[in-house]
Amino acid sequence: MKDAATRDSYGETLVELGAADPRIVVLDAGVSDSTRSKKFGDKFPDRFFNMGIAEADMVCTAAGLATTGKIPFATSFACFLLGRTMDQVLVSIAYSNTNVKLVGTHTGLAVGEDGPSAQMIVDIAYTRAMPNMIVVQPADWEETRQATRALAEYEGPAYFRLGRPKVKAIFDSSYKFEIGKGRVVKKGSDLVIFATGIMVQESLKAMEMLEKENIRVTLVNISTLKPIDRELIIELSTSHGAIITAEDHNYIGGLGDAVGEVLLDTQISKPFKRIAVRDHFAETGKGPELFEKYGLSANHIAQAVKDSLR
Amino acid sequence: MNESQLTIPDITKLEKLALKLRRLALKIIFQAGSGHPGGSFSATDLMTALFFGGILNYDASNPKAPKRDRFLLSKGHASGIYYAVLAKAGFFSESDLDSYRKINSERFLSGHAHPKTPGVEIASGSLGQGLSVAHGIALGTKLDGYDSKVYVILGDGELQEGQIWEAAMSADKFKSNNLIAIVDYNKVAQDNITKDLKDLEPLEDKWNSFNWDVHRIDGHNMEAIMKVLQLPLHAEKPRVIIADTIKGKGVSFMEGKTAWHGVAPSAEDYEKALKELE
Repeated sequence: MKDAATRDSYGETLVELGAADPRIVVLDAGVSDSTRSKKFGDKFPDRFFNMGIAEADMVCTAAGLATTGKIPFATSFACFLLGRTMDQVLVSIAYSNTNVKLVGTHTGLAVGEDGPSAQMIVDIAYTRAMPNMIVVQPADWEETRQATRALAEYEGPAYFRLGRPKVKAIFDSSYKFEIGKGRVVKKGSDLVIFATGIMVQESLKAMEMLEKENIRVTLVNISTLKPIDRELIIELSTSHGAIITAEDHNYIGGLGDAVGEVLLDTQISKPFKRIAVRDHFAETGKGPELFEKYGLSANHIAQAVKDSLR
Repeated sequence: MNESQLTIPDITKLEKLALKLRRLALKIIFQAGSGHPGGSFSATDLMTALFFGGILNYDASNPKAPKRDRFLLSKGHASGIYYAVLAKAGFFSESDLDSYRKINSERFLSGHAHPKTPGVEIASGSLGQGLSVAHGIALGTKLDGYDSKVYVILGDGELQEGQIWEAAMSADKFKSNNLIAIVDYNKVAQDNITKDLKDLEPLEDKWNSFNWDVHRIDGHNMEAIMKVLQLPLHAEKPRVIIADTIKGKGVSFMEGKTAWHGVAPSAEDYEKALKELE
């Protein structure tokens, strides 16, 4: 267990993977010190391709490498990795079904001071909408380690959503990550929160506050946003009185919608609130300040819980 | 086959085959009622030389053999000729071509190619991506220590996509000399002649300044095509062959016409065209 940014865990795990499997290759688009892919590059320069500030070229080069049996991790800031390459990702990766792992770091408002052009809040929406693409966002250091390995083993296109700031350790080494499976982090009874990424940590903070008022909620970590764990969502939505989703992403097309789709499909009708960015661009500022101002903080989650139980 | 072995009968044979392939491509475009004859015919002689002139190392019965050379058609709309060539090369049967652009096509002979079709490496249909993909393959086969070469045909209009020049910089950076790009310079795009749409010239200077090994040929002169394709690889530079071609080459009323970029011929035009392609 370790308090660390998910991108740090990713960088370390890449090095371990690279040592074990010569098929692992890593590409970056000129920000490898920040994405931590540089660690791999320092160790395995022959299998590291820094494509310069050219994301479209990078993701298609990764697709080409994949057709030769390599397992490419194409890494950059999520804004540019995906924002500049929707067509390339759609045709050369999703439609071609090439075994490329797209790794976007610096996601959501948690990025902070670089402002809205660097705060990727639409990536889950559009990668989820791509046929063949799976979408994974780990919550902490341990889960990132395991998810990085699982994605290397998984055959097919994947989007891996990572964050910039340090996050608290949630899982120990007994945790077993599995693509497509959610995990109950804490069992309560009054209400269920489905959270993803940094919002798992934020939800735990909210739950500490709520426990002082004797409100016990169930917290579920949804690290695979697609394919989503329908069974677990159905089970827990049925057994709890209300549902909240929490994500550092626009409320359109993200976790909230993914959970909402399951509820609609199965005609589960419960009070349902989505903690997410409310379809606007934020501004510059520190991550926690932005969370407070734009409705993503533990305070907002706690308030949403209380409102739901009223 | 090397240059010394190449005889006039070989060239004549390839030229005849190219005519046959044009007829086949036009037939499937006619049957489908849609497709892109103009850009198929400009690329035909180049693809004939690659697949049937002993240039590409492939095994149609084992299309994924790791050490194979690769061919990519980045200007994916020329699928008519692509499938005609792949069928003729034995990746699937000529009767499969009847399902070109039709629903439930068993070989997935889609309007633009997809790797579900034997012999196809990557999906196309959005211009500008093929050079990067080809470069990725070139990097991958080198990592494996193979001598595979990667050929990619680019359209001239496609060179207006910025990503082509990103890839051009990358292949220079990594000294990917096993990457060979062929520009099917037919001077005509869907909307307009390329020059008026956005001029590519001076095109040789552009590639030279990106530090590529630049060659320019007549893309319908089979001897010139074979000669350039038989050159040994450059020691460290990726290669570009700028092939001056004619859109709709071989059919007088199609040649150089934007109108024949993306339409199938009528029954009457089809018969007329076939006669010219004898």
